[in-house]
Amino acid sequence: MKISGYSHKFGDDVSTDIIIPGRFFHLRSNLVELAKHLMEDAKQGFIDKIKRGDFIVGGKNFGCGSSREHAPTIIKMAGIKAVLAKSFARIFFRNAINLGLLVIECDTDGIEDGDYLTIDGDGFIENKRTGKRIEFVSLSPFMKKILEDGGLVEYVKKHKGI
Amino acid sequence: MTLTQKIISKKAGKPVKEGEIVIVEVDSCFLQDGTGPLAIKRLKELEIEKISPPKRSVVFIDHSSPSPNLSLSNDHKLLRDFAGENNIILSDIGEGVCHQRMAEDFVKPGDIVIGSDSHTCTGGGLGAFATGMGSTDLAVILAIKKTYLKVCEAILVEITGKFSKGVYAKDLILYLIGKIKADGASYKALEFKGKELDIEERLTISNMAIECGAKAGLFPSDEKTREFLKKRGREDDYLPFKPDNDAEYIEKIRIETPSLVPYISLPHSVDNVVPVSEKEGLKIDQVFIGTCTNGRISDLRIAASILKGKKAKTRLLVCPASRNIYLSAMKEGVIKALVEAGAVILPPGCGPCVGIHQGVLADGEICLSTANRNFKGRMGNPNSEIYLCSPATAAASALYGKITDPREIL
Ligand code: SF4
Repeated sequence: MKISGYSHKFGDDVSTDIIIPGRFFHLRSNLVELAKHLMEDAKQGFIDKIKRGDFIVGGKNFGCGSSREHAPTIIKMAGIKAVLAKSFARIFFRNAINLGLLVIECDTDGIEDGDYLTIDGDGFIENKRTGKRIEFVSLSPFMKKILEDGGLVEYVKKHKGI
Repeated sequence: MTLTQKIISKKAGKPVKEGEIVIVEVDSCFLQDGTGPLAIKRLKELEIEKISPPKRSVVFIDHSSPSPNLSLSNDHKLLRDFAGENNIILSDIGEGVCHQRMAEDFVKPGDIVIGSDSHTCTGGGLGAFATGMGSTDLAVILAIKKTYLKVCEAILVEITGKFSKGVYAKDLILYLIGKIKADGASYKALEFKGKELDIEERLTISNMAIECGAKAGLFPSDEKTREFLKKRGREDDYLPFKPDNDAEYIEKIRIETPSLVPYISLPHSVDNVVPVSEKEGLKIDQVFIGTCTNGRISDLRIAASILKGKKAKTRLLVCPASRNIYLSAMKEGVIKALVEAGAVILPPGCGPCVGIHQGVLADGEICLSTANRNFKGRMGNPNSEIYLCSPATAAASALYGKITDPREIL
């Protein structure tokens, strides 16, 4: 598997309150509208800057805070194909896998906003600008299966349970 | 084995090792009104004819209660209907914050408790393995009672001695988070040893385990746990649980409580912790006392003891964490003292904690809060600032309209 796209770079400790603030919760049963406010407290008008297939790149502890699954849900709806970060907060990581959104833990220091990246399923990422390769450790086989099935809902349907 | 391993092993029916992924049956689960509607949507996507939720499953309407607008009212209706149709316990507006209500009436020592809210770790204060997950996980648990868990490593936090005057459990957990930072316990459990702490203090500490990334924050259950359950009329739920003497921890931290001082967490991250004395004199606009961290009776008592017979110089919002707490506070005269001091009492629930309603800040305003998060925009306005502290620091500061070390007036 190989996927390519442009990077949108963010810093450390991007909380789910930054990804989608509680003040938009009146829209939470209208995910299309909610998605319009994706990360707007960090980057104004972010939703308009995304092209299908792009990546979000964070620093450490990405997705910390509230368990709101709306955060990875609208990231996926916005057309983001993967989130890369030095480390993830546990609940966000799990939610992303459960939704079939690719999350990769790797060294993101050398990645800048707008870099063109190619993720190779064999465990590395190529950065076109720097020509450098960034290695990452693959997910556990169980998590991989959930991701490949398209998320936990599909997994449970297919395997009639967990 | 650690307490974490012990509880998961018991449920998995075999001894478990760190790093292993196991499938376990969940004893108790809950939804809240922020994340519940999405769980119901996912449950529909599962296309299961008849769901079989864990016996102790609860739906809470607490995050925006009573509803401030039409669309949230419809979400609430969806949740009420879902609870009714599936015979699930409903904890409706005014009953209180999910984590406090779970501790009062539902969490049992040794249980696996999963809630669709990150502060589910609060239940660890009673010796349960309690952790927050997302809406999809909760949908699956409601459908088939089961979930997958990665057995995590644990950090031991040994707490010894008694607090000095003016220093509380909140100061201890802020100190710990400041020390190990927001991701210091990521993918790990925090296991506390602190026999002297009472249950309310343990709940405050376990509640904030997630703020350093921990999956759970557990205390062994003991006589104090039994007493607490007995007072709630459920002594039979008591089981003693503790880690083995030779349990292996990846890290051990010792905290000697007499050496702690009042702490404050600065915007916009919880681990940005300094002693209150360093920020003394900073003018504040609003003080909020409440939430699943510090909205319990002991917290309200402290606030009332400081404010009784005096007047707050800031807007002062007080939100008891549950109806039971509210009633006790009324009986004890705590509410009267607070109202006379100028407090606005909010209905038991999350209040302004998550920025949906009841006390949204204006641009440039500063709120001093007893909650657990001060992320940018958390209380509804990204152009405002939130500082976190104990109820004593909050009350003392309300009294002077500026950040004040409570030791000066106690
Ligand atoms: S009081 Fe605040 S932190 Fe606690 S459950 Fe409610 S919103 Fe979350």
